[in-house]
Amino acid sequence: MTQDLLARLTESVVQAQQQEALDLTRQALAAGLEPLVIIDNGLTPGMRIVGDKFACGDYFIPHLVLAGRAMKGAMGLLEPELKRRRETARRAGTAVIGTVKGDIHEIGKSLVGIMLTASGFEVHDLGVDVPVESFVAKVKETGAQLVGLSALLTTTMVVQRRVIEALDRAGLRSAVRVIVGGAPVKAAWAQEIGADGYAEDANGAVDLARRLVG
Amino acid sequence: MRPELHLLNDDLVRRILDEGFQLLVDPGVRIHNAEALDLLASAGATVDRPTQVASIPERVVRQALATAPHAFDLYDLDGRPAVHYGGDRVQFDPGSAAISLLDPDTLRQRPPQTADFVRFVQLVEQLPTIDAQSTAMVCADVVEEIGDLYRLYLALLYMRKPIVTGAFRKDTWWTMKDMLAAVAGGEQALAQRPTAVFDVCPSPPLLWSDLTCQNLIDCARAGIPAELVSMPLAGATAPVTLAGAVVQHTAESLSGVTIGQLAAAGSPIVWGGSPAVFDMRHGTTPMGDVATWMIDLAYVQIGKTLGLPTHAYLGMSDSKIVDAQAGLESAGGTILAALAGVNMVSGAGMLDFESCQSLEKLVVDAEIIGMAKRLIAGLEAREDPIALTLMRQLRHQADYLGQEHTLRWFPKEFYLPSEVIDRGAFDAWQARGAPSAFERAHARVELLLAEYRPPARAEELKSELRRLASSAAQRFGMDKLPDLPKSQ
Repeated sequence: MTQDLLARLTESVVQAQQQEALDLTRQALAAGLEPLVIIDNGLTPGMRIVGDKFACGDYFIPHLVLAGRAMKGAMGLLEPELKRRRETARRAGTAVIGTVKGDIHEIGKSLVGIMLTASGFEVHDLGVDVPVESFVAKVKETGAQLVGLSALLTTTMVVQRRVIEALDRAGLRSAVRVIVGGAPVKAAWAQEIGADGYAEDANGAVDLARRLVG
Repeated sequence: MRPELHLLNDDLVRRILDEGFQLLVDPGVRIHNAEALDLLASAGATVDRPTQVASIPERVVRQALATAPHAFDLYDLDGRPAVHYGGDRVQFDPGSAAISLLDPDTLRQRPPQTADFVRFVQLVEQLPTIDAQSTAMVCADVVEEIGDLYRLYLALLYMRKPIVTGAFRKDTWWTMKDMLAAVAGGEQALAQRPTAVFDVCPSPPLLWSDLTCQNLIDCARAGIPAELVSMPLAGATAPVTLAGAVVQHTAESLSGVTIGQLAAAGSPIVWGGSPAVFDMRHGTTPMGDVATWMIDLAYVQIGKTLGLPTHAYLGMSDSKIVDAQAGLESAGGTILAALAGVNMVSGAGMLDFESCQSLEKLVVDAEIIGMAKRLIAGLEAREDPIALTLMRQLRHQADYLGQEHTLRWFPKEFYLPSEVIDRGAFDAWQARGAPSAFERAHARVELLLAEYRPPARAEELKSELRRLASSAAQRFGMDKLPDLPKSQ
């Protein structure tokens, strides 16, 4: 019965059925399952399958986005329960991501967020047009080990450098790994501005994050 | 008869326009520019200041459409009309604002330098099928803040053809306008005989940033044509259905026409765009996708229905080198653009999702454009009777090569390509070292550049342009501009 419930929860994530994932999570809690068990044996395996299906070409980006939302919705129910038990979900790390000031391109950054979440990171997505100081403040607040900076314009790439400099000034640079991305961003640029890494796409960003932080 | 291509039937045109108008009322357009919001509010739009959203009633938009010109010309730097926006005239310019250049020696992308862009401008002058210049590359050897105006400065030194350009900031637009006015002989002369059109790009969905909106207003007031470049990304920042993406394009473009006409009624405006479908596997924006082309063709049809001049980013490739993919994608987009009667088709030379320019690709694309122009020149009878007299004369002899008729008509009937297109015999090709299309293109680039002759520009004008560019550079902490290439 329990196994069946968790298997159905996994399947609801794989099928990106948001309402189903919520209902099954409620049922699992009502049946007395521990939130950590629900996450580790219900939700996370689902996202892993989604990631695998994407990697081999059966799934496309909308599958990732919608499955990510199904997982996030379920987590919304589980997090208060974890808090009540003074437990925390096992995390690969904590990441602060955003598109830098002056730039409103959202998609790439959000995909990285979804993929990082799917692979076990706690992700704080600051959105787009994010001021330099907001990255610094969020790193301080969350104790994040990873900062992801997106810039899609040649004119806003420079802000990636400014964030790194600001982290340095705040004495946080050695505590975090900074990864950069966006269409005009290349490996040479990452090196030039003193970032810790650069990836071509969201999958690459996850590999990079795991290497740097995991 | 000239061949034409329409993707939309009358019913779909009506429905797309209707939904476009309705979107401008609800949810309205986000406009991060106080001046535009003021203009819209006084024209009768409902403006919510805290959210910067304008709800624009259809009558305000209709009024703007009534004052927008149906046609205008761009002039070359010798003062002659050279590009006609309006009707079904089809013209081409290179894709703009590339941040890298395909180095023909290494086949790697690298940041363009001053000398690269100068060569590019010179090459465009040498290609007769390319009708206009564009500020095609962002030079990496100047500070980023002057990336836009520096391209225009360089182009103005070496070009004769009109130019498609754009500003990256609000303040740099003014320097660019000053440069154009200096070349035209004053602001009034520039407004009367514009040599440039500025791209202004709303952000999907339904947003005008402060920068682009101000550029649009400033262009309108200066009488400089503005080209609306709405870029719905189907499935990501716009509805995934192609018709849905066109609805979004319609709403964004209608709002642009309205802002421009409210700033200066009668100011020239172009119904343009750079839409794409979202690649659902790689998260990229394929310009060489057939569905991307279909969005382009459909919005162009909407623009024509409204009687406006049109533009599209077509004829590009997402390939990283000048290969079979580059050829097929560029040919597909270019030929369809010609059939659709797009007034200005931007894209030649461009690879890798509008990010990389290639001089070699530009000369290949110039051949594709030549073929596309031949196609829409259409098939005509030429003589009456068409062939009866001639064939009765020759009876059953195959002696057409020896006829006056052949000599007279073959250059008009056939498109005569350059050596980039190989049509020789196999042995001859092998004897030349079996050059690939890319190698032939590279040879042609060098040949054409060797033949380039700079325009006569007064020394005072050149130093005035340099002064404008230099003082902008100094404002952003760059003491000295890069040297110009020696040979010119």
